[in-house]
Amino acid sequence: MIDIVVQALVNGLVSGTLLAVPAIGFTAMFAVLRFPNFAVSGIATLGAFAGYLAYGAGLQMAGSLVVAFVVAGAAGLLFDEVAHLPMVKQGALPAAIASIASGLVLENLVRLGFGNDPRGYDRPIARDIRLGDIRVSPQQLETMGLALALMLAVFAILAFTRIGKAMRASADNPDLASLKGIRPERIAMIASFAGMGLVGVGGMLLGLDSAIDPLTGTRILLSIFAAAVLGGLGSVPGAVLGAFLIGMAEELSVLAVGSQYRAAVGFVAILAMLTLRPRGLLGERAY
Amino acid sequence: MPSYLLFIATIGGIYGLLALSLNLIWGGAGMVNLGLAGFFAVGAYASGLLTTAGQVPIVAGWMAALVAGGFAGLIVTLSTTRLRQDYLAIVTLGFAEVVRLVAANEIWLTRGTDGISGIPGPWKSALGQNFNSVYFLIVVAALVVVFLVVRRIDRSPYGRALRAIREDAQVAQVAGKPVLRFKTEAFTLSAAIAGLAGALYGHFTSYIAPDLFLPLITVYIFLAVASGGTGRPAGALLGAYLVMTLLESSRFFVEWIPGTTAVQRAALKELLIAVALILVLRLKPSGVLPERIPPAPRPATGASS
Repeated sequence: MIDIVVQALVNGLVSGTLLAVPAIGFTAMFAVLRFPNFAVSGIATLGAFAGYLAYGAGLQMAGSLVVAFVVAGAAGLLFDEVAHLPMVKQGALPAAIASIASGLVLENLVRLGFGNDPRGYDRPIARDIRLGDIRVSPQQLETMGLALALMLAVFAILAFTRIGKAMRASADNPDLASLKGIRPERIAMIASFAGMGLVGVGGMLLGLDSAIDPLTGTRILLSIFAAAVLGGLGSVPGAVLGAFLIGMAEELSVLAVGSQYRAAVGFVAILAMLTLRPRGLLGERAY
Repeated sequence: MPSYLLFIATIGGIYGLLALSLNLIWGGAGMVNLGLAGFFAVGAYASGLLTTAGQVPIVAGWMAALVAGGFAGLIVTLSTTRLRQDYLAIVTLGFAEVVRLVAANEIWLTRGTDGISGIPGPWKSALGQNFNSVYFLIVVAALVVVFLVVRRIDRSPYGRALRAIREDAQVAQVAGKPVLRFKTEAFTLSAAIAGLAGALYGHFTSYIAPDLFLPLITVYIFLAVASGGTGRPAGALLGAYLVMTLLESSRFFVEWIPGTTAVQRAALKELLIAVALILVLRLKPSGVLPERIPPAPRPATGASS
């Protein structure tokens, strides 16, 4: 019994690491652009398919992730500029509603091109690594390593580079930031591109172990939101913490109530968190 | 062909009820409900189950749908009314997903993805051919009642207080309006109307299943309210029929395109709806029938005070 629980926690740690990537993207966009971008679902799907095509064309895993990042980031930037940001002035809600429509546009563009049939990444088969009764596949370790490297890069950029500092300043107090010569439009564009790029990479990472189809992004949407809300909307370290917790809770829920309610874990976590501590574990806008 | 038109008009009327429900909170209090399809499903299942397995009369089923929808709305708002509107958007979206999960997996209750069939229609066997016409009139009657209620609310001091909350909740609070209670009440009533719409849907088609309550329905209704005019019940109603027209005409349109598969045609239809919603929000956010804000009644001049 203990073995099963430990195995579930290990699996949760792996999926939590992967989930952290799109959760960081989502929460960072929220911090800068001040509206929840529901287009995350379509962008994650787009990233998964872009990475799938690149991998199928012979690129390595890391190279395919770069393709997923760039394609998803460019699409995210385009939709933000055309459909969402012009509406933020009227309030967060019209922009959020438009972003649902954007997600639907992307999902159906993918469906037009690829149909509804699931597709799998053609990855080499390798023997599981065993530690006692705990199993981890080398593929899991590889994708986890890539996700961790990406996260470290994001933290380094936010902490040490001029762009990262400008983003944090702009998220913290847009008026003060623009007074200091930080151009808010430019920061918004960088946030859209990098945030959605991370979401696209996340869609690919989470799709690697299973198959991908046009609804891939929709299926992970609630988990991404839950990770961000749990950690505090707008908080990057919070999103990482939230992603680990959601990843492990989802795996444990499979043991408790069966896999069919895995998708409900995110919702229950959001509801509980908002009732008990709406600021999230680390508070909004903590860096 | 008239029976086809009658079918479309009835479904359009049910979408009209959903649009009135959304307009009450979005146009009225500035709240969103991204889980409209979930409340729609709650009502449909409540009435469908009670009238098939529970053997209660149809009217009792409809009342139960109102109550069930409203209760679900109350639960969802209780944890979020204190928070910013973004959170309500996320929670309602999750709610609709969970409703679909429960409907698909609690097979002992809902028969899972097989769905519930044989939901009785009022006087169906006696009416025979005329059932669709009579049912259309029932939907119209429900629409009229709900329309009058929401318009009454819209023009009452209560409606003005809701709009004040929409414009600036803090100011409304300072003016002594119980903001939290108003928001909870409005959302509960709105969810109850969505539940009723679900029940009317189930007893019309006699069959419900989890896949009939996809988030896409929520997008239809947002398009209806946005294109018709947020903040005006007549606009919401007009919008519902605009969406219905768009949906049906796009079906004929995509079948004209040669060399497409059924999946691609369905994708094109959804694409069209989504693009339409973005365009409406971007280019004509006030809709076809823009909101009219009547001047606040003034006390008669010269009255001694």
